[in-house]
Amino acid sequence: MRTFKLDEYRIDDEPYYQPTGDEIELFEAAYRNQLPVLLKGPTGCGKTRFMEYMAWRLKRPLITVSCHDDLTASDLVGRYLIKGGETSWIDGPLTQAVKAGGICYLDEIVEARKDTMVVIHPLADDRRVLPIEKLGTLIEADPEFAIAISYNPGYQSVLKDLKQSTRQRFIALEFDYPDATLETEIVVRESGLERELAGRLVKFAGMTRNLKGSGLEEGASTRLLVHAAKLMAAGVNPVSACQGAIAQALTDDPEMLASVNELSSSLF
Amino acid sequence: MPAPRPLAEIRHLLDELLEVEFSFRDTAAPAAAIAELPGPRQAQLISWIQRVASTHVELGYQVACQGVEAQALMEPDTFEAWIFHSMDRYDAEGLRPALLAIEQYRQFAEQQQARRRGALLLDHEGVLSRFLQGLSGRPLKLASADRIYTDSETLYLPPLFSLLPSPAQNFQHYKATCALLWAQIQFGSFRPLLEIPSPEPDLLQLYHALEMLRLEARLKRTLPGLYRELEQTRLILQEPDLPAPWQALSVKLSAPDMRARDTLELARQQLGRLTPYPPRHLPVTLDLEAVRICMAARIEKERARFKVALNSVLEELQRNSPAEQPQQRRFSKRQQPDTDAPEGFTTEILLDDMPAPLPDQVQALQRSILLDLGEIPDEYLQPAGPGEYDATLLQDQNRDADDVWRGSYHEEGAHLYDEWDFQRRHYRKQWCAVREREVTPRHDDFVARTLEKYHGLIKHLRKTFEAMRHENRLLKRQPQGDDVDIDALVEALSDAHLGFEMTDRLLTRMQRDERDIAVIFMVDMSGSTKGWINDAERESLLLLCEALESLGDRYAIYGFSGMTRKRCELFHIKYFEEPYGELVRARISGIEPQDYTRMGFAIRHLSKILQATDAKTRILITLSDGKPDDYDSYRGQYGIEDTRRALIEARRSGIHPYCITIDEEARDYLPHLYGPAAYSVVDDVRTLPLKVSDIYRRLTT
Repeated sequence: MRTFKLDEYRIDDEPYYQPTGDEIELFEAAYRNQLPVLLKGPTGCGKTRFMEYMAWRLKRPLITVSCHDDLTASDLVGRYLIKGGETSWIDGPLTQAVKAGGICYLDEIVEARKDTMVVIHPLADDRRVLPIEKLGTLIEADPEFAIAISYNPGYQSVLKDLKQSTRQRFIALEFDYPDATLETEIVVRESGLERELAGRLVKFAGMTRNLKGSGLEEGASTRLLVHAAKLMAAGVNPVSACQGAIAQALTDDPEMLASVNELSSSLF
Repeated sequence: MPAPRPLAEIRHLLDELLEVEFSFRDTAAPAAAIAELPGPRQAQLISWIQRVASTHVELGYQVACQGVEAQALMEPDTFEAWIFHSMDRYDAEGLRPALLAIEQYRQFAEQQQARRRGALLLDHEGVLSRFLQGLSGRPLKLASADRIYTDSETLYLPPLFSLLPSPAQNFQHYKATCALLWAQIQFGSFRPLLEIPSPEPDLLQLYHALEMLRLEARLKRTLPGLYRELEQTRLILQEPDLPAPWQALSVKLSAPDMRARDTLELARQQLGRLTPYPPRHLPVTLDLEAVRICMAARIEKERARFKVALNSVLEELQRNSPAEQPQQRRFSKRQQPDTDAPEGFTTEILLDDMPAPLPDQVQALQRSILLDLGEIPDEYLQPAGPGEYDATLLQDQNRDADDVWRGSYHEEGAHLYDEWDFQRRHYRKQWCAVREREVTPRHDDFVARTLEKYHGLIKHLRKTFEAMRHENRLLKRQPQGDDVDIDALVEALSDAHLGFEMTDRLLTRMQRDERDIAVIFMVDMSGSTKGWINDAERESLLLLCEALESLGDRYAIYGFSGMTRKRCELFHIKYFEEPYGELVRARISGIEPQDYTRMGFAIRHLSKILQATDAKTRILITLSDGKPDDYDSYRGQYGIEDTRRALIEARRSGIHPYCITIDEEARDYLPHLYGPAAYSVVDDVRTLPLKVSDIYRRLTT
């Protein structure tokens, strides 16, 4: 297993982030008060980018863990390894962040196993400690340590909803797609595409978001728009760019694909 | 090649098929015509007559009378389509319309010609309705009609577009026409008209013609790609240019700040001076009355819903932060200029001067209100509780399933599923109208009797099922894991000291054998199960439920039965989330034989339900007494091939289908359907209750 070097997780260059409301102030206030933060919102609307931006702003290393079905508590906290006949303990990402005062960001937290989620409970309330059962130790979090989690309430199934005992420890920030003007601005900025076309892309995104729940699980995210815009800026025909970067990413259903493609070919 | 039959034999055959003895039907003429045909065509036609007559003798007779000429006029597949079309009419509307359809075979043949190059609404409905949903954000329905118009909720379009030379072009034509109708709604064409009590027809006509010019200019700006296609279509159709005075007006109407109100003003100015130019091909018409009725109902409904929704937003906020006083919070709106918006500005709802956190469905409601009214009236911003409105306004009316079947709106609210036609080698689109229905619970002594009868068995079943429940196990000596296996390590170290190679299996790992299984039991409720099969099925289900309760697997039970594609029914006995109790038992007791064994739709619908549940293993177990069979064409190979296709689809989506049957001939066809290892034949019905649990146990371990 590779050893983490926390300094690799520092963000030196300012990530591009356009605030949509007072989320920066809220996050900062929460951070100063050592309150954990929950980011809610559809996929690709800028939650991860926001975290990067905040980590840069607060000058803290950011450790992102993408949660999944098989993520165990050991994956977060740490485990024993055997090397040359000796056992040695290695800290997991959460323990490292706790010790070094980093920001630990658990992305798509509901995808993690329920027993894993409980590990963060003592960190997420006023105790701010991380018990490591296997070592029999209790680590007190560095004052600069912060924990943030994200999830997408619309997309996850009801069965996988976040436990009340977890969610009620967090300050919640709701994220949504930026409004059309801002989203156009973001697309222009990230892709270098001309404003007129970027505006149309944003309109197209709006149309796909209209289809949410009527055959699409999610509409096109800002991230997908940036992908399409990059293709278009590189000279790809707009309709093909939308098909490749957006429609195909949204669905495999042939009829839905046809509908989405008809929308893009109508717009461009 | 069959030899032609002699006239007398044909006559005799027809007499028998068409029950001439008991009627006034005269088979002389048709028999004579058929006798003239070469052998194979004779055989073909007679088999059709036979099939149709099995549905209704009079229809068979009509096919006998018209068949020879119709056959000469049509290709075999068109001929088949004509017969099916007539049968469909019979299914849906009864004998008279079906007879008419048979009589009008010439028109049918012509239409079929048009169909070949044309686009059918039926085929493109799915794509078009999603296209419209994407455009508008308000769900718009599509329906076929003779004219092209909209009532602001449904777009009415001809069932077939065939003016252009190719199917693709005709589809584009459909799409552009849909977009024009959408534009009427989107850009507020109806709004100024609704303010005039009864506009004179001339004004209305002129307004409509002018308004179409404004809308086209709008489309050109918002959907340039679509507008290019519209122009292409015009070019192919060789539409004449606009007359000179109209061209000037068109330029005027193309200005971005023109609203419907301005068009009406213009129409008033030009009234008497200008007559609408002759209608173009497939013109969009304006049915103000339809709009008026539809809109009025919707506006009332949406006002109620919006106010109630705002109230629940307040309640939700109150729940999250109980300290704040809900009474002091106030909704307001903010309008911002936006040239793209139909009225020139966008409206945003504010709560205490901050953008209000409106849930998705409220935002959709807001969009819809904006489409109708152009703004959110101040009165709408006063939240109201549900008690303050007629409750019927707050929910969509559900029609009674039986009423739905009786009426002509049989597809309303139904799930539509494709069906595989092996002969054509493609799907019949949205062929089966599937509805979920309730089983009437029967509180009789069946449950008590069965539990008594199988008393010992149930105990045994529970035990074996309980044994299947896994607990978490600690696996030792693993190459990968969470913890060090100290025993293994000590051994390995001593090995190392002795000079042996050290093993790498030194860790422990927690194995979590959670049974993450979701099962649906799909129970045959066809008429053939009447009697002891039905009893055995019900007993099996009961025993299974009793056993499953101790296991904790998620399971659902549905019965299925079909009566033609129009009436495919799934009977809900137990949902996944429903607890097993008195009611479910009474429903099991209430399972009664219904109609036929149409299987494809049931597999497709239940696969969809299974897929929507969150489980690692998804199993669909069919409990059946025979092969797929329904009284339209769902027999023999057709039914088997459709069922097979549905099973392939299910498997492709990660579902494991399994079939338990008591049909002794099942070994002939089940391997073809389910694969060699995915079925069991129970030879003796009486042992079914015992076998089902046993098979289930084997299947899930």
